[in-house]
Amino acid sequence: MPTYQINVNGASREVDADADTPLLWVLRDDLDLHGTKFGCGMAMCGACTVHVGGNAVRSCSVPVSAVGSNAVTTIEGLSEKGDHPLQIAWVEQDVAQCGYCQTGQIMNAAALLKRNPNPSDEEIDSAMSGNICRCGTYLRIKEAIKTAAKA
Amino acid sequence: MSENIMSKTGRRLFRTSMGRRQFLKASVAASGGLMINFSWLGTAQAQTATDAQPVRLNAYILVSLDGGITAMVPNPEFGQNVMTSMPMILAEEMDANWEDITAKTADYSPDDYQRQFTGGSQSIRQGWQSLRMAGAGAKTLLLMAAAAKWQVPVASLTAKNSVVSGPGGKSATFAELAQDAALLTLPEEIALKAPEDFSIVGQSKTNLEGHKVVTGQPLFGIDYKTEGTLIAGLVHPPAFGKTLDSADLETIKTMPGIMDAFVFDAMEPDYTRNYFDTTAFTKLIAIMGEKTWQVLKAKKALQVKWKTFDSYSEKMDRFGTLVDMAIPGGLESTASHREKMEALLASDLPVLRQDGDTAAALANNEKVIERTYYAPYLAHNTMEPMNFYANVTDDGVHVAGPLQAPGFIVNSVASRLNVPPGKVRIEMTRMGGGFGRRAYSHYLVEAAAISARMKKPVKLMYTREDDMTMGIYRPTYMARFKAALDENNQLIAYQVDGVGVPEHSVHADRFPAGAVPNYLARGDAVQSNITTGAFRAPRSNFMGASEQAFLDEVAELAGADPIDFRLALFEKAISSPVGEHNDYDAARYAGVLKQVREQSGWDTLPASVKKGVGAYYCHNSYAAHVVTVTEKNGSPRADKVFSCVDCGIVVNPIAASNMVQGAVIDGIGNAMFGEMTFTDGQADKDNFNRYRMIRMNETPSSVDVSFVKSHTDPTGLGEPPFPPIFAALANALYQHTGERFYEQPFVHKLELLKA
Repeated sequence: MPTYQINVNGASREVDADADTPLLWVLRDDLDLHGTKFGCGMAMCGACTVHVGGNAVRSCSVPVSAVGSNAVTTIEGLSEKGDHPLQIAWVEQDVAQCGYCQTGQIMNAAALLKRNPNPSDEEIDSAMSGNICRCGTYLRIKEAIKTAAKA
Repeated sequence: MSENIMSKTGRRLFRTSMGRRQFLKASVAASGGLMINFSWLGTAQAQTATDAQPVRLNAYILVSLDGGITAMVPNPEFGQNVMTSMPMILAEEMDANWEDITAKTADYSPDDYQRQFTGGSQSIRQGWQSLRMAGAGAKTLLLMAAAAKWQVPVASLTAKNSVVSGPGGKSATFAELAQDAALLTLPEEIALKAPEDFSIVGQSKTNLEGHKVVTGQPLFGIDYKTEGTLIAGLVHPPAFGKTLDSADLETIKTMPGIMDAFVFDAMEPDYTRNYFDTTAFTKLIAIMGEKTWQVLKAKKALQVKWKTFDSYSEKMDRFGTLVDMAIPGGLESTASHREKMEALLASDLPVLRQDGDTAAALANNEKVIERTYYAPYLAHNTMEPMNFYANVTDDGVHVAGPLQAPGFIVNSVASRLNVPPGKVRIEMTRMGGGFGRRAYSHYLVEAAAISARMKKPVKLMYTREDDMTMGIYRPTYMARFKAALDENNQLIAYQVDGVGVPEHSVHADRFPAGAVPNYLARGDAVQSNITTGAFRAPRSNFMGASEQAFLDEVAELAGADPIDFRLALFEKAISSPVGEHNDYDAARYAGVLKQVREQSGWDTLPASVKKGVGAYYCHNSYAAHVVTVTEKNGSPRADKVFSCVDCGIVVNPIAASNMVQGAVIDGIGNAMFGEMTFTDGQADKDNFNRYRMIRMNETPSSVDVSFVKSHTDPTGLGEPPFPPIFAALANALYQHTGERFYEQPFVHKLELLKA
């Protein structure tokens, strides 16, 4: 089993994993970072969204061997104290119901705000429609993104 | 309900000892025969609090030395907000400072709690009294402890914000009083607050677990593991009607990281199932490894031969009655289900309720209408796939994970492992969605059976494909409605014929029963080997959808406004009800329609705004929606939704409105896109690339929620707003397109219209 050095949340981590192991399972099984969720395994639901090299990616579909030196950021590393403007807005606007998809939603939204600090409704729709929320909290997600954009 | 008397100050007094038996009886009747135990009311025992060990005032409330108060939540959280709303009820009656409260899900413990079941929209309704009594009981003990300490009467003391205050400026915190309080025994009567005195219940409180959710803390079953936990994957038959013939286990055992693979019986063949032991596949293949990915690769690589089976029967204990459940052999398909349902609809269906002479009224009136509706199977598709942790040792059984109903599965797992139920510890995690699916937690038994064989802690993980193809779907249904109007355009006859696989969806005593002189309800079902289960508002989710769309057409035939038409029927149900056992309060039903009419501006919207209405009653609550439709990206879409719910007292408005918005979006999603089909026993969709779920760009632009102001004890909320949104959307789409939508999902017809 090959060994990989990957940079996760600002720290260099060494993992032994098959080359085709999706980053998702490396994060969850090997690094015990459970905030990144398994939903579909085929990049259709967005629950496993993390940042690689600053871009939102579906970690279920990125093999660990493809990560290289790109910095990986998970929900645990998005902010130091859980106080990213999106996280604050999410709590204040009581977005979550079951909460399972929300870390992926937040990571996806964080990447959106990084490249587009003031997205329109249409731009939010377009950027966020890869992330399923089975509880149907989409309207609150959208409001929270707009609140965080103003923060 | 319970034995309570009004005190001179208007507060409700609850007897705690003499009245306990009375309370017990009343509650059992109200809750449909579930066991209740009130041992938590008297827990007098010396407790030495430490920083790590708080004082237990009763099974619901623990007080720490640092002032923190832990609210034990008996019902598992799947997004319905019990981890916040239940602590609110406790804190309200306790007069605790809300900032002091943290919530913790209790283990399954029938000695301490009643009905640890998240389902049927009953958590708050059935927990209401005991949560209030637990809060009030804890406060009473704290007041008594202060009274004894200061040698003053209890009546001279007050509690507020976790502090007891007394004459002469005396005060003590709950934390300071807790150890003394725990030694005391409750008096025979304790007071509950009058609803108008509530200061926490009815105020919006953000989710107590909100910060944990947004920082990705390990709350969910999928996150649960202990040292040395193995990952287990399952391989199950690819189609209903098939079972295992043989598998080449030796080859995959040589794959990297695979520790074992074996065939096992999740339930013994002669096991007598309970009603919630549903699962089609009991002979399964387990594959174990240290890493999830290696297990997933071995699952894919496994070569298996499957075979069909002949019809057989399973033993079932159906709520106390032993029955043989016939399981037909054969490979079923959506087309054959449809044919069988249509044949059944053409037959002489069993009568469920009959008032007057519907056949004569249908024959003797000129204005008659008949319509037939169809809905497919639905997969629950909770975002967190099924999973469970199990550690079976000689000392006992520890299982942990996401489930809605530990009481339904504790005997099943105990029986499978041949241990007494008391040896099973069920730890309940937050669930990544439930919607009814996790009331059937066969996956817990599967995990335990694997752990018992491996003699190691295991984590059973379903893939999305397993989750979507292993069964327990919302049944497929059809319903045919007939109605006749008299010469004054009054509804004189109404008939509903419901069929389905494997159940029909007719609630015979629901509206419009009671409002029509000639009423007939009939229903029957087709047997199947495809497993089904509760799905958000079972049966209602189709009846509300179809009946409320049909009534829209009947109102149109009568030349009446659809809201006015319904209100006139409710007037009749109030002034001269027909028949007996009518299962709704017509005034409350009419109330939500009247309120949503105001809220949506129904009467003043310009004619260019295409709108539809739907209302329904289920799970003890009333819901009505108005939907407007607009064109978006070349297709009609729900634009604005106005929703009104009467669920009695609303405990936590910010979360309650979230739940209603979610029900609306879930309902619109399933009405538009939701569909599972089968070909030769095999589910045609196994992941989100083929199973279409509603996404952000398809949601309405707004969902405006209102509640009927009420001091009535709370009733259900998670389910009631779900059924009527299907119809409100269908009725609005009709106004927009000129086409009626008889078949779910609506997207098929919309695509045809677009072409």
